Amino acid sequence: MTEIVCRCEDITKEEILEAIDQGFQTVEELKRVLRCGMGPCQGRTCTPLIMGVLARKTGKSVAEISLPTTRSPLQPLPISTFAGEEE
Amino acid sequence: MKNKAAVVIIGGGVTGCGIAYNLAKKGLTDVIVLEKKFLCYGASGRCGGGIRQQFTTEANIKLAMESVRIFEQLSEELEIDIEHEQGGYLIITYEDEVEQFKKNVKLQNKLGLKSRFITPEEAREIVPLLNIEPIAGATFCQTDGHANPFRVVHGYAQKAEEMGVKIEKFTEVTGIETDDGVITAVKTTKGTVKTDTVVNAAGAYSRDIAAMVGVDMPNNPYRHEILVTEPLVHILDPMIISFKTGIYFSQQKCGSIIGGIGDPEEPSSYNVAGSLQFLKRMAKTMTELVPAFGHVNVLRQWAGLYDVTPDAQPNLGWTEGVEQFCQANGYSGHGFMIAPKVSELIAELIVDGKTSMPIDGLNLKRFEGEITGEAYVVG
Repeated sequence: MTEIVCRCEDITKEEILEAIDQGFQTVEELKRVLRCGMGPCQGRTCTPLIMGVLARKTGKSVAEISLPTTRSPLQPLPISTFAGEEE
Repeated sequence: MKNKAAVVIIGGGVTGCGIAYNLAKKGLTDVIVLEKKFLCYGASGRCGGGIRQQFTTEANIKLAMESVRIFEQLSEELEIDIEHEQGGYLIITYEDEVEQFKKNVKLQNKLGLKSRFITPEEAREIVPLLNIEPIAGATFCQTDGHANPFRVVHGYAQKAEEMGVKIEKFTEVTGIETDDGVITAVKTTKGTVKTDTVVNAAGAYSRDIAAMVGVDMPNNPYRHEILVTEPLVHILDPMIISFKTGIYFSQQKCGSIIGGIGDPEEPSSYNVAGSLQFLKRMAKTMTELVPAFGHVNVLRQWAGLYDVTPDAQPNLGWTEGVEQFCQANGYSGHGFMIAPKVSELIAELIVDGKTSMPIDGLNLKRFEGEITGEAYVVG
């Protein structure tokens, strides 16, 4: 059965497990090889799931898995939001 | 980790992985790549992915043209889709830039690059959404474009590993041991590797690596910020850039717009935090050129470091005073786009002792004389 982990970028649990087998064992690396967590939701839905998959696969507790860097803006905003004011 | 290697490459970016791949392709596989974080952590994974040949120095134009030739068949060679697209680079030209940019096009044409100066109306034919009111024209080269840096780096790395190269992630170099000007070993947080040949491909940290063997490099790190939007239907073919405002943006194969803008006031530092000032400047300048982009959502912003030399040209080749210490750094914001040719040349230098294209003019020694440099730096 296929389980979708990242709904924005359409990444499955199987793809994540395969990447972990290839040696990509941090959330930051998984993002860069699979793009999971890089879509419009910015990983709000999938990051905890990815951390869970990574923890179980590598025999660690979720607390030992580092969170990826959070990047602003925290939710998508139109470019015009920032274009109006003087610097 | 293995404790000796014929060649140690410091830096797991596009240059380091590209050199590792090209060394292995030439039969030299006793190579170890040391990366303090993970592949693409540095500038290679933070850049806009642009591939431009429209430069102002002969060295940069030639390196970029040869690299495009390689990019054109790299997906096939590395067996990974690097998402290379050749929608061109449209260099916005304002009134006071026209004369100089026409001269630059002449130099590019002389070297075989098919760039041309076009009118504002012709520019709008290429980018229908472009506001041509403030511009006096543009220069355009169709074979410029962009690719996905993550794919290129991982493609090089995977092929290099398949041929026997070892890549050690999360392994930081802490020192380089020498004996009378000859390298004997590289010390890391995970042990020592005996070697007599080191390639310094550490990007913005190359200066610090060189200092470990007493070599003083004139490179300085500068933060450059960038953003990505939500994916859109395909509406933009070329990369749009301006040297006056320092802006650049293009639409990726996945549909997102990626772009950045430089800040002339930015001090040299290792800071890679994002700033609101950048978002404001980017939004203002971008919507002046393409007003419709005001409606597009920004997903995230980040920053990376340019490794800037006094003439904005890379440092390539051996180093005076330390035998077998090879520089491959100082790209000043153009590392990704010239990496394919640079990594081939560095592999030639190490394996054959000579290069198929002269790189003598890019030695560190050039900074001893008068410096004439690259004028086209953006972002």
